[in-house]
Parts: sequence; C-alpha cells; structure tokens
Amino acid sequence: MTAPAYPKTWRRPPQILANRRIRIAIQIGVLIYLVLAVGSIEVNWLRVFEGLERGQRFVMGFLSPDFTSRWRDIQQGLVESLTMTLTSTVIGVALSIPIGIGGARNMVPRPVYLVCRSIIAVSRALQEIIVAIFLVAMFGFGPFAGFLTLTFATIGFIGKLLADEIEEIDASQVEAIRATGATWPQLLVYAVQPQVMPRIIGLSLYRLDINFRESAVIGIVGAGGIGATLNTAIDRYEYDSAGAILLIIIAIVMVAEYSSSYLRKFLQ
Amino acid sequence: MPACFQFGKTAMLRLTNLSKTYRTGDKALNDVSFEVHKGQIIGLIGPSGAGKSTLIRCINRLVEPTGGEVRLGEVNLVTLGKSDLRRQRRRIGMIFQEYALVERLSVMENVLSGRLGYVPFWRSWLRRFEGHDIQRAYELLDRVGLLQHADKRADALSGGQRQRVGIARALMQDPDLLLVDEPTASLDPKTSRQIMRLLTEICSERGLPAIVNIHDVPLAQHFMQRIIGLRAGTVVFDGVAEALDETVLTEIYGAEDWNALRPETPAEPARAPVEVPA
Repeated sequence: MTAPAYPKTWRRPPQILANRRIRIAIQIGVLIYLVLAVGSIEVNWLRVFEGLERGQRFVMGFLSPDFTSRWRDIQQGLVESLTMTLTSTVIGVALSIPIGIGGARNMVPRPVYLVCRSIIAVSRALQEIIVAIFLVAMFGFGPFAGFLTLTFATIGFIGKLLADEIEEIDASQVEAIRATGATWPQLLVYAVQPQVMPRIIGLSLYRLDINFRESAVIGIVGAGGIGATLNTAIDRYEYDSAGAILLIIIAIVMVAEYSSSYLRKFLQ
Repeated sequence: MPACFQFGKTAMLRLTNLSKTYRTGDKALNDVSFEVHKGQIIGLIGPSGAGKSTLIRCINRLVEPTGGEVRLGEVNLVTLGKSDLRRQRRRIGMIFQEYALVERLSVMENVLSGRLGYVPFWRSWLRRFEGHDIQRAYELLDRVGLLQHADKRADALSGGQRQRVGIARALMQDPDLLLVDEPTASLDPKTSRQIMRLLTEICSERGLPAIVNIHDVPLAQHFMQRIIGLRAGTVVFDGVAEALDETVLTEIYGAEDWNALRPETPAEPARAPVEVPA
C-alpha cells in the first residue's frame, strides 16, 4: 500500500481577513492615508529654528543647574508637593479599598457593584489636569486643590486595580471560609485580604510615586507644589533654576521607584 | 436500604428528592434521596460530571438546590435564611480537593478559621481567639501530626500536610457531619491512603458521619462501608462496598473491562476499627 500524499507546504491561514483582495486594499488605503496625513502637517521652519535656540538655552540651564538662588522657593514647593503626595495617597488608598471591594463582582450584590464601578469609571475618565483646573477654580490656587485632585485620581486607579484583583482571587479559598459559617466581614478578612494584601501594598507604593510626578504637573495649572515653582521659573526664563527643579524631581522619582520595588520584593 | 445501615437511632442527615437544575437548564441532581447515620462513612462515586460535587455543595448550600429537602438532625437547611444558614454551616465541616487553605495565612490561622462561625468579628480580625479554642487547635494539629508546623505559612507545606491542615480546620468546627470533596485527587497513592486512613480513623473516633466524593473506586472500596453510585445526577447504587461488582460499575460508569486493571484484593481489611479516643 502506498503512503497517502500528504502536502509538503503549509502556511498559516489568515486569521482576520480571509479575502486576499480586501486585505491588500486595506493595506494600500492605510498607506495613502499616512502619506496624506503627514503632508497636511504645517511646519513653520523659521519658528522651529528659533525654538532650537531656546531649546539650547534650556539644555545649557540643565548643564549648569542653579540650586541656590531660588532655594527657598524650591524648598517650599518640594515640601508642598511631598505633603500633597503623601496625604493624597494615604486618603486615596483608604477610600479606594471599600470602593474596590464594592467593585468586585464576586463579593457584592449587583447594585453595589454597579455604583462602585461607576465611581471608578468617573474618576478614571477625568484626567488629572482637567480635575485640577476645575478644583483650582473651586478652591483657589494652592496645594489643597492639588491634594483633592490626587486623592480623586488615586481612587480611580487603586479602586479599579483592586477590584480586578479581587475578581481574580482563588474562589476555592473563599468557598472554604464560607463553608465554616463565616460572616461576610470575616470572609473579607480571612479569605480575601490575605490574597490581595501584597498587591494593595505594591499598588499603593506605585501610586505614591505617580502622585509625586503628577503633583509636579498639576502645579503648572495652579494646584501648588513643585510644579508651581517650576512654572514660575520657566516664566521668568530662569532655565538654570528650572533645570535644578527638574533634576530634583528626577532624583526623588528614582529614589521612590527603587525603594518601592525593594519594599515590594521584601513583602512577597 | 440494607438493614445493616440502620444504627437504630434517627438519621443525622436525610436528603429527600434533592434536585438541582442550573440556570443553563442542565439537570445536575435528580431526586436524590438517602440517609446518613451517625458514625457512617459514605463513599460517593460516579463519573466526572455526575453531580458528586454539586450534591455535597447542595448540602451546605454553597450551591443552592432547586428542589427537595436537606435535613441535618431536625433542621431543614434548604429553607433557612442567611444567618440561620451560617449557624448550621458551623455544624458541617468541609474538606476540599485542592485543600483550599488560605495560602498566605499560617497553619494555625487556617485551623482557627474553623471557629469563624462561633466568634465575633473583632476576635477573628485581631486573631484574639479564646484560650479553649487555641488549646483545641493545638490538640487537633497534634492529632494530625503537624504540631511543630503551627506557625509555618500554609503554602510552605507539602500536599499531604496541607490536607491534614484541611482536616484539622474542618474538625475545629466541632461538626456533626463532614463533607469531603475528592480528598485525595491531588495526592500520590501512598499519601492518599494515609489521608484516607486518618479520615476514617477520626470519623470512627468521634462517631462522625461523612460523605466522601471519591473517584478512585478501589480506594473507596478499601476504606468505606457504604458506597453510593451517582450517574447523571441520579442514585444508581446504594449498598455495601462488597456489593460493588462489574455489573454495578458498568451501571455507574458505563461499559468497560473492569477486571483488566483491578488490583489484587487487599489482604487486610483497612477499615479503621472503632476506637475509644484516648
């Protein structure tokens, strides 16, 4: 008996668009759009040339950062920013834990789930800068508006990630604790908390350094902190002081990054 | 039911026409009725998907039954409200296939979690359990041979050790009934036997009735007095382990050459003799 003639060639069948003509048409269309889009960008080369000069001054400022002449302003801005960061992270995490639990489908009845997920969605939909502009208009310039902005943003961030984490915990551990006759709060403390605690700590530390970076950004729209100092320095064309501020921000973010990753490793 | 199963007194657990239909329309249990008496260990066998897990979860209502009655002593569990149900769940210890220990808690915390139904929230949260509970936890850990592991994290233990913690947790509830879901499915053959021996010993020490889901038929025959066979949600066999022959196995599992792989009949009866606890 002869062996059956199995084919010697094999190609992966197209996964999304089976029709070869449509596929090619789409590829050509994308290419044409890209060319037209690039062509529609207006570039004022004279302005770019002027900007280069400014950029150069900026870079020179970086290379000779001036920490001393504006040190009092920088110091005040830093203290404001760090205070804002720490308070908003602590309060934000404290508020987002109940919201995160409420946003986990496997822990609460459906109405509670929908309410908590809506709070999270609103918080995530509004970008920090927009919230900051709004809150500065409401509460005036200064770090209080910044604190509120960052707290609000933290709720969306931690709330969502915590809720997703709780939805993915090992259900059998929850079932086992439920089978002992435990109440709902006991279920949280014995079956859920041990499973998500390292994650909550890790996320909080991560949010701490995001909040510090954000505090620098929202300061520009008037919410106080090191961002306000940076904005003032740039407005006064004091690029050497601005450079010093940026270097300090980078240093603090790096310290926060390394210490939080060390802590997280230690906690596992 | 064969006369030898009547231990004189009333049944500890009585299921009457217990049914479960899932929302998808799948009928998982179909009018299941049987009684379990004090000190009796029942092996529940049947093919995958026959409804073994659903059956034992319908007893403590981790899965809500859609019809019938579950009577534990005098109480009908099916109609209970939330807090009454919690109070009754304390009387039913449960042991799981993948141990279902809370991995990041210590062995001691896992054992003490068997008391959750009895203590107020603040005590459990602050881990301030009462002296007699702590004493009992140590006693049970000693009984299952893990006394020196009390402060280890549960995920630091081997499979057999974890299942022993699971047993201690269930006993910590001071249960009137044990529900055991595939206790040996993730264990090697030797550990499986050790765990089954420990379980049967403990049950006879305390006169504790148990329903054990098990898919290892020789193991079931070896350790249980009474076997219930489930097929597609219906009880198709209920009798002594010795009555489990080819015809019965075929009725439960479908046609197969049952003698081909059957191990030699065990030399000594491994069933634990009834001991008086020391």
